Amino acid sequence: MEASEELNRLRWRCTRRAMLEMDLLLGGFLERRFSSLTPEQAQAFVVLADMEDLELWPLITGKRECENAVQAEVVAMLRDVRVK
Amino acid sequence: MSKLTISVRKFDAVIVGAGGAGLRAAIQLSEAGLKTAVLSKVFPTRSHTVAAQGGVSASLGNSEEDHWHWHMYDTVKGSDWLGDQDAIEYMCRKAPEAVVELEHFGMPFDRTDEGKIYQRPFGGHMSNFGEKPVRRACAAADRTGHAMLHALYQRNVRANTQFFVEWMALDLIRDAEGHVLGIIALEMETGDIVAFHAKATIFATGGAGRIYYSSTNAFINTGDGLGMAARAGIALEDMEFWQFHPTGVAGAGVLITEGVRGEGGILRNSDNERFMERYAPNAKDLASRDVVSRAMVTEINEGRGCGPHKDFVLLDITHLDPATIMKRLPGIREISIQFAGIDPIKAPIPVVPTCHYQMGGVPTNYHGQVVNADGTTVPGFYAAGEVACASVHGANRLGTNSLLDLLVFGKASGDSVVESVKKNAVAHKDLPADFADQTLARLNRLNTQKSGASVNETRLEMQRTMQKHCGVFRFKDMLEEGVRKICEVEKAVRLTEIGDKSNTWNTARVEALELDNLIEVAKSTMVSAEARKESRGAHVRDDAPDTAANPNGRDDEKWLKHSLWHRETNTLSYKPVTLTPLSVESIALKTRAY
Repeated sequence: MEASEELNRLRWRCTRRAMLEMDLLLGGFLERRFSSLTPEQAQAFVVLADMEDLELWPLITGKRECENAVQAEVVAMLRDVRVK
Repeated sequence: MSKLTISVRKFDAVIVGAGGAGLRAAIQLSEAGLKTAVLSKVFPTRSHTVAAQGGVSASLGNSEEDHWHWHMYDTVKGSDWLGDQDAIEYMCRKAPEAVVELEHFGMPFDRTDEGKIYQRPFGGHMSNFGEKPVRRACAAADRTGHAMLHALYQRNVRANTQFFVEWMALDLIRDAEGHVLGIIALEMETGDIVAFHAKATIFATGGAGRIYYSSTNAFINTGDGLGMAARAGIALEDMEFWQFHPTGVAGAGVLITEGVRGEGGILRNSDNERFMERYAPNAKDLASRDVVSRAMVTEINEGRGCGPHKDFVLLDITHLDPATIMKRLPGIREISIQFAGIDPIKAPIPVVPTCHYQMGGVPTNYHGQVVNADGTTVPGFYAAGEVACASVHGANRLGTNSLLDLLVFGKASGDSVVESVKKNAVAHKDLPADFADQTLARLNRLNTQKSGASVNETRLEMQRTMQKHCGVFRFKDMLEEGVRKICEVEKAVRLTEIGDKSNTWNTARVEALELDNLIEVAKSTMVSAEARKESRGAHVRDDAPDTAANPNGRDDEKWLKHSLWHRETNTLSYKPVTLTPLSVESIALKTRAY
């Protein structure tokens, strides 16, 4: 699969989620920040995007701890993206 | 997509959509041994059913006396008498069984100390025909929809249901006699177009809340089932009725719960005035949803909105002790920071009335069979959940009845299919020679369009038009202008152009195809709303006010009837409301007051 196709698939999984909050957050992040991530961070983001919304939200709100340092970096950036 | 070819796969039944209704229907089919395909744009447990947090209602009577007949009364009253009383009786009688079944499927309901399903009070749930509140809502903490999807999905895995994940259904296949013979769908990973030839087709595609600019609905809710049904000549029922929530974050739609006003939140206009004091001197900011929504729209329409476009009002909790906010409303603070860019401890939250739920849809009877405008059933076609209009919600849905609707009618549609397929143990009806022509023409048009319209801009134009002209509070001249405007937007939708013509994961193409569906919903909503010259339930018109002759603006003499929008002619017809229940006396017309 080409890079653009991979990105399109990720875009679909970031913007067709169960909850509007997550469409806005992940879609906004993909648009604004994703291209500047390191390969490790990008991989960590893909793992986050594959989570279900109700697994991911506690990570974003800090109610659950991240699994590793790279994931924590990406979650911090996600929190920071702000839809507005 | 250089060459458009189409392959055909055969199933006994195909279900489009794998949220609560689709998964519930699929259990009936798979457990009966039918070869069943379930298509979904996303993995099933990522369906929008997840967002339903409140609970599912059933008169189990676990905490205090309750009865399905009381639940039925509340539902009819909630519907402002537009709900069909046969379907409502059916749903409320089946509710306890539906909830217990779900428990057996592994749903982790909250429990009482004795181990029974715990039930909590909910707005509009009353005992003894509206007398006093009753505890009827069953929940799994604040993740009822999520838990429900997981329980239903696991049951389907056990029953070997075959899922087609990340597929988008494009059109119904309907022959000259009006029989539905399956669907045509797009596999997103490959771009392949495949016909699913089936003896029965169930639509469980959910709602279309994305027709509005401000919507609590996830992006996935693009009304695909409604668009497909309308293109196949099925009239859409009661599309003017949409439930709005007064406080969605302006520009984002994310819901701010009523609890914020319960904790002392105040709505303010651009003059910093607490305007609810003028509209509801006693209840003020705690007045009912519709009263608050109407007041907000009036403020905005009269030029007292906030922001550069004066298009929202403010929800202020800055006067509360920060410790109280941190303790009682931590989630709301988080949402406000994230989606409004505002810390509500320091500044008020911009809010607008926001679209939440679609009461209308594809007309069905209480067996989940789709019905034509003349009352006959459409052979081979079924629908359940938000896409369908049974009609149990009528002009306004009672809280927690959405999850009940998808359980009861998901199962009913599944049972109807099993009975029909087993009874008529015959081969598949032949596909007409031209069955894919319209779909392929639509795809081909999109692939070759030059100098066309942007999908994003056109969608935005549609959403702004719906919000402005057909929102929570409606005005005659705005609706009339809205009909003209939405027809203009429709012209642009017919000319959308995409830059990406590739086959694999072409999300631009999928979004253009979703817009084809959204516009059918938007147009049917605007046209149906303009025509209905009364106020009823969620449809409230400025020119149909509360009078002695017509309390709340409702006009039963002229408008106690269902709207049916016909796509081909862009016209409406009407059919009577079923006022006769199955076994009890009709719940007589009365003014809806709480």
